[in-house]
Amino acid sequence: MPSTDAPAPQPHPQEPQSQSWDDRRIEVILGNLLRSGVLLSAAVVLSGACVYLSRHAHEAADYRIFRGEPSEFRTIPGVIHSVLNGRGRGLIQLGLLLLIATPIARVAFSIVGFAIERDRMYVVFTLIVLAILLYSLLGSGLGV
Amino acid sequence: MTVLTFTAVVAIVSFVAGLLGSLTGLGGGVVLVPLLTLLFHVDIRYAIGASLVSVIATSSGAAAAYVKEGFSNIRIGMFLEIATTFGALLGAFLATRIPTSALAIIFGAVLLYSAYLSRKPRPLDQRNLPPDALATRLRMNGSFPDLAGPRSYNVQHVPTGFGLMFGAGALSGLLGIGSGAVKVLAMDQAMRIPFKVSTTTSNFMIGVTAAASAGVYLGRGYVDPGLAMPVMLGVLAGSLFGTRILVKAETKSLRLVFSVVILVLGLQMLYKGFWGKI
Repeated sequence: MPSTDAPAPQPHPQEPQSQSWDDRRIEVILGNLLRSGVLLSAAVVLSGACVYLSRHAHEAADYRIFRGEPSEFRTIPGVIHSVLNGRGRGLIQLGLLLLIATPIARVAFSIVGFAIERDRMYVVFTLIVLAILLYSLLGSGLGV
Repeated sequence: MTVLTFTAVVAIVSFVAGLLGSLTGLGGGVVLVPLLTLLFHVDIRYAIGASLVSVIATSSGAAAAYVKEGFSNIRIGMFLEIATTFGALLGAFLATRIPTSALAIIFGAVLLYSAYLSRKPRPLDQRNLPPDALATRLRMNGSFPDLAGPRSYNVQHVPTGFGLMFGAGALSGLLGIGSGAVKVLAMDQAMRIPFKVSTTTSNFMIGVTAAASAGVYLGRGYVDPGLAMPVMLGVLAGSLFGTRILVKAETKSLRLVFSVVILVLGLQMLYKGFWGKI
């Protein structure tokens, strides 16, 4: 019986693959990577917020009508350009780009983890997920 | 409303949504879009863009805490992410082609379902299930630390779970939410994954799923920096605070209050959607 509720001091011999020591170590590294990425992006968004609010605090906020963002706030080169021009909203978008990149980085690092464990099947699965993520990021107009 | 007042009020509302979402385990994203559209009259497309960004922040921010507990199963997560990211791409693609009133109606239906699910007691974990051939081949079976020592589990019905996860991803991309309710259906009910493993693994997947559609939203100009900034910072702060006080908080009555809020917001979204007011 592979399932048992009895206390077992040793890891289950039937399950050498999942939840092994290597898995745990990789997970801890990835978890910390995610948290650092989020904190970094929050810091960038916050600094952008300071610049933006110091300049536009007393203008009227109106999001009733959808206009769509100009290209400086919806493409990677546009965002970088507006950050270099010292624009607060450009900095906020840069922080949001970092935020989107964080889980993508986690997926990329998982490939390394599965490769170390010589789990080719999961290397392939992870590559598929990474390809979908990169397509969404670069194939949707963000890159140009 | 001036930009300063708007930013402050939206940040406070987002903080409360993030806090309640993490305390009740229902997720804050599901109430954000209705609150922004109904209370602040934000166009639903801007609201979805901002909410999606906050979903990534909560998921990634909580990941480190979840990982420490050692419940999540990265193989189940990664395999199902193929379904959720693909679904999320489809959802984000559809969102740009569907009229906003239809988006509101779908949103209302998802809110009603979430409210129903939050009142229903979770089914007890079924133990000692036989190993499933496909799940074994995919190396999904595992064990997690329980009170009485490590407890192993065997994952069931992988194709059904995969299909449901595709749907969860599509809803996430379409509505800018984490789709926790559908993920519960897929992982708890179909795949019979123990509650602790499914919740933490689902959190781990939500960020990746949301990232797949967030790229499309940002590229299409649906993510406004002035709106996304207070939403993202507020929800992140609220949910991090929530996970910190979770152990001490009395969540049963909170869950009731929150599910009533979800129910009311769902009815409002349906009403506005059907009368074309969104």
